Amino acid sequence: MKTIKIKKGLDINLKGKPLEKISPPIEFVYYGVYPSDYRIITPKLNVKIGDRVKAGTPIFFDKTQTQVCVTSPISGIVENIIYGDKRKLELIIIKADKQIEYEPFAQVSPALLSREQLIDQLLKSGLFAKIKRRPYGIIPKINEIPQNIHISTFDTAPLAPNYNFTLKENISEIQTGIDVLSKLTNGKVYLNIDGNISTNIFENLTNCQITKFYGPHPAGNVGVQIHHLTPIIKKEDIIWTVNVQDLAFIGRFFNTGKLDLTKKIALTGSEIKEPHYYEVIEGCQITPILNNQLNNENVRIISGNVLTGIITSKDMYMHAFVNQITVIPEGNYYEMFGWAKPGLRKYSVYGTFLSKICKNKEWVLDSNYHGGHRPFVLTGRIDKYLPMDILPQYLLKAALVEDIENLEKLGIYEIIEEDIALCEFASETKMDFQPIITNAINLMIKEVE
Amino acid sequence: MKIRNYVDKIKPKFQKGGKFAFLESTFDAFETFLFVPNKTTHKGAHVRDSIDMKRVMITVVVALLPALIFGMWNVGYQYHLSMGQHVGIFQNFWFGFLKVLPLIIVAYVAGLGTEFIFAQIKHHEVNEGFLVSGLLIAMIVPVTVPLWMVAVSTILAVIIAKEVFGGTGYNFMNPALVTRAILFFAYPTKMSGSDVWIADLTKNPNIVDGFSGATILGDLAQVKTVEQLQKVQEHFPVINQIIGTIPGSVAETSFIAIAIGAIILLVSGIASWKTMFSGFLGGIFVAVLFNLIGANAYMQLPWYEHLFIGGFAFGMVFMLTDPVTSAHTETGKWIYGFLAGAFAIILRVLNPAYPEGVMLSILLMNVFAPWIDHLVVQSHIKRRMKRAEINSKNI
Repeated sequence: MKTIKIKKGLDINLKGKPLEKISPPIEFVYYGVYPSDYRIITPKLNVKIGDRVKAGTPIFFDKTQTQVCVTSPISGIVENIIYGDKRKLELIIIKADKQIEYEPFAQVSPALLSREQLIDQLLKSGLFAKIKRRPYGIIPKINEIPQNIHISTFDTAPLAPNYNFTLKENISEIQTGIDVLSKLTNGKVYLNIDGNISTNIFENLTNCQITKFYGPHPAGNVGVQIHHLTPIIKKEDIIWTVNVQDLAFIGRFFNTGKLDLTKKIALTGSEIKEPHYYEVIEGCQITPILNNQLNNENVRIISGNVLTGIITSKDMYMHAFVNQITVIPEGNYYEMFGWAKPGLRKYSVYGTFLSKICKNKEWVLDSNYHGGHRPFVLTGRIDKYLPMDILPQYLLKAALVEDIENLEKLGIYEIIEEDIALCEFASETKMDFQPIITNAINLMIKEVE
Repeated sequence: MKIRNYVDKIKPKFQKGGKFAFLESTFDAFETFLFVPNKTTHKGAHVRDSIDMKRVMITVVVALLPALIFGMWNVGYQYHLSMGQHVGIFQNFWFGFLKVLPLIIVAYVAGLGTEFIFAQIKHHEVNEGFLVSGLLIAMIVPVTVPLWMVAVSTILAVIIAKEVFGGTGYNFMNPALVTRAILFFAYPTKMSGSDVWIADLTKNPNIVDGFSGATILGDLAQVKTVEQLQKVQEHFPVINQIIGTIPGSVAETSFIAIAIGAIILLVSGIASWKTMFSGFLGGIFVAVLFNLIGANAYMQLPWYEHLFIGGFAFGMVFMLTDPVTSAHTETGKWIYGFLAGAFAIILRVLNPAYPEGVMLSILLMNVFAPWIDHLVVQSHIKRRMKRAEINSKNI
């Protein structure tokens, strides 16, 4: 088995790691689907308020690739459709039935189906939209054939769920998923596993190339893994990626003929009374989960992890592709002479605070910037947090001035927002790097594709 | 939190539409000096490192303190030495303190004043960079330099080296060094020679007969024979060079104090060890080379003494490592540092017009740093493309 050691990066040791136990079942009434979760889809609604939907009924289609749709995770009645500025479709809310009804799909072994038939099944079930393609981390084109497919089976982000725990009963589904994917590419399916776990449940999967990764975050980012296994240099180097949880959905769909998006998610963070796991269906409202779990009200609720997650609130819904909720203190306070204090309680990767002497402490970090915005000073310090053969400062500079030629040469095809998040965390300029990368990716899609 | 309430009360007056809106940047500077803002993240990572520009700058200031305090003491010590007097540590320090403090104040008022005005005109935040630059200016000039010259040079340097390029972060030359360069070329008699390094040397009637206020570099530049070299070495023993009890710019003399500062900068991760280390490496390389050649007396000065004398150590530790004006790529830092150290010793030994070459060599490398980076980035791109070829062959 190939092993790859990642040296650059950082594990931020936060307070609020989830205990490996699952909460008793909770009843959810409302579910939501966010079109913005599916990158570059221009949604064309397929339902209106009051319509009945089943689990697997298309909610909206993509206007550019009309066969691509996103389907309902649950059966029930469309309760509300929310639009934002310029009538941008933001959220579809569904009131769930007591008993879940599934859209009937053919249950066939993937071994008997051709590539076209498999793609067709994935499209109909809405699971095609769960596949992402590099460059850019967007929904793939239907007619493109990826060189390889990569799956990361672990998440190294702060407080991330442990897939070795949440997916331990889903191994056969994941195997089916791999069998499906292996027919979609002319290359290999790469299954990248965490080398730090001694008995890894993903170790014995077949029909794929397994690689062990060691090292700190972002070793679990699939982009980092692709970089070390099958680097993307030009825009024709197409790689598909699937989140391992979504891979279980794909396998389950082919095993059962039903779109069942049940998964285990982690409730984490320093402001949670008892961080642990929940079994939910994708898109559930998070209110019942957070009930009686918040330590106080002045909190930042994040759908995802503290580096890349989406800001949400108590009455919102679980986003697609996200398997954790993190709750940290909101940092809306002033701190007198904060920059001059010895800083025993201030987490920093630099040695300017006394906190550096606390080695194994679990930290409580809040959402304060801890300083004012400053111009982009190139110091070379952030290079330590991107374990790729890429110069992040120069890439960001090219992104800021929208220099397409240099973006291409410096590696925009290998990067998505999550890969640059640690650099953003560690930068003293307090600039937001992820939106810069988002703009650059949008620019590339517009100008190059 | 009475102060906070007061600040909140007067804040609207300084914002758009308020009575003092023209002082918005100034208010912001003072507010953020008092309080770390309550701004929370909205895009990108939700949590951020506790470090900010103020913390970076204050760490550099702390690293400068040992050299500054020693420098103040040395100003007093040299002064009393010139009169053949021996007084207590505190008396020496107090004398130096009173001599150096005006330099610091003038540099800060002139520089920060200029920065505030520019921030106000351009409606952006006042940058903390000058907290370090101002202190540096006072530390790298002779103690006798007239204050108005410092003020004029500082203002000029902040404008032409920094503000015209967009302020801190966009300048390509170190503002403190530019200030010194302006002083050096505009008022050479006040910046070099043997009369400027010791307080009140020219007007003090009590100077000991035969006392010379020249620096070791000044003396070395005059050296023609090996005997003269030995004389200079006897006059400035190595131990004095290391401790720093020799004449020179205010804070450049003590190798030990500078070393303490270097440790603070390296442990805190604020300065790049690569830049600093390669700077010394470049200096050592050339100095050893000169020892081996030995074509004239100066070349025979033991290589290690080059590290202790003049502004070499100070420049390599505090000026070369300025993150804004140094090379930004990791490979570039090695090249940048090595060349700066090497040129400093070459200028020092081979060009008698400039007894000290550190300032000019760092400024020169400041100018070349973007070019070095450009070459490094281009070779990085080439390597990436090559990897693409190898990869496509594998498939």
